Amino acid sequence: MASPKKVLLTPLVENNPIALQILGVCSALAVTTQLSVTLVMCVALTSVTAFSNFFISIIRHHMPSSIRIIVQMTIIASLVITVDQLLQAFAYEVSKSLSVFVGLIITNCIVMGRAEAFAMKNPPGISFIDGIGNGLGYSLVLITVATIRELFGSGSILGFQILPLIENGGWYQGNGLMLLSPSAFFIIGFFIWLLRSRRTEQVESNEYKLAPHTTAEEAF
Amino acid sequence: MSSKESINKTLFVAFCLCVACSIIVSGTAVVLKPRQDENRILDRNKNVLSAAGLYDPAVDDDSNVAALFAQFTPRIVDLQAGEFLSSEEVSDLGIDIATYDQRTVLNDPAYSNAVPADEDIADIKRRVQYPMLYLQEIDGVVETIVLPINGYGLWGIMYGFLALEGDGNTVKGISYYELRETPGLGAEVRNPSWMAQWPGKQIYDASGEVALTVVKGTGSGQYEIDGLSGATLTTRGVDNMIEYWLGDNGYGPILDQFRSAAGN
Repeated sequence: MASPKKVLLTPLVENNPIALQILGVCSALAVTTQLSVTLVMCVALTSVTAFSNFFISIIRHHMPSSIRIIVQMTIIASLVITVDQLLQAFAYEVSKSLSVFVGLIITNCIVMGRAEAFAMKNPPGISFIDGIGNGLGYSLVLITVATIRELFGSGSILGFQILPLIENGGWYQGNGLMLLSPSAFFIIGFFIWLLRSRRTEQVESNEYKLAPHTTAEEAF
Repeated sequence: MSSKESINKTLFVAFCLCVACSIIVSGTAVVLKPRQDENRILDRNKNVLSAAGLYDPAVDDDSNVAALFAQFTPRIVDLQAGEFLSSEEVSDLGIDIATYDQRTVLNDPAYSNAVPADEDIADIKRRVQYPMLYLQEIDGVVETIVLPINGYGLWGIMYGFLALEGDGNTVKGISYYELRETPGLGAEVRNPSWMAQWPGKQIYDASGEVALTVVKGTGSGQYEIDGLSGATLTTRGVDNMIEYWLGDNGYGPILDQFRSAAGN
């Protein structure tokens, strides 16, 4: 069995849930305009993944396979609602800006994917660590994306103005594209490109090969 | 088939799971409810104050919101009749002013009604018949009137407050406490430098029509506010909201009383 350290660290770079498995991209687009909001989302997702892995692993021997998925969903949904309620009680401002996205953790493929792929086959302790590891892998990508988007979109990081904006008498014209969802796609794309050019073993093999064009002579 | 897969076992597991999860979820919701309500009211009061220009985030914080807010008296108005309700009329309606929440009664037909499509320029579908205004009185003279407003922006309905001076015509400020606009573009209606344009603007022109508009580009004069660049639909939403709520179907008749009292 894999060592806890390996389970914790592999999802960061070697087997990153967003960059290699391309899971959970939807929330990466939605919550990355401000770094502070992103950080809360990362903590929320990491704790949900860890605890859902933990509880699912505890009852894995009692879970009838016919209702396996719905049992997992119920556990995940309960945890997400709990997190949402906690945020509304203790971090009201942030919960307002995250609004619907905390609820959407339920449908985040990473949580479900880890429950099904890891927690169903491993004991609770290591499953919990796997949840933390995958949450951190997700956080790594999100924090990178959010830092770039907030810096170039609003000229600030964590709300502190780094590049003074023209509207407030500075010199920097905020990049409007950075504040819209497509920019997160581009940044994640570049992130994956960078990662795979460094670690070529992550490059997927071609599904098919393009044949060269036929010339006019060959066609007749 | 192993015993784990039997129908009885399946039903048993499903039942236990449902009970356990519902206890956890309802328990959290019940335990945290008072704290969440407190946050919601604090946030709303803070926005009333910030619309009235009385809350400065650099100086004030959550601890003195209650003290600042004590200057305001909540008053219920009847939009259809266009007048303030006395406290007897309010209790006749079954409203307890201390706990009245105009957001939760929005779907209660006793307190709200559908807005006819041809009047619904702010695209809100339903509105509260008895909204709660906040009046700040100094030596018996109304200094500030804070009006709740809402209207559709780009992604959803925006909720906020508009504060006017006692003359019922001069704007003191605006603040939005709930919106789903794009961060950095439409959500810039919360940017202090954009909100700073509002104080001092006039709402009604000499003929008594709503003249205040949010214009594309640079607004000039006492009736114009600069639109937000890159947020045309949000800007239009704010404009429609002002036109609806300050017009004849909104608070217009109530503000008339203040305007005629002020002698214009």
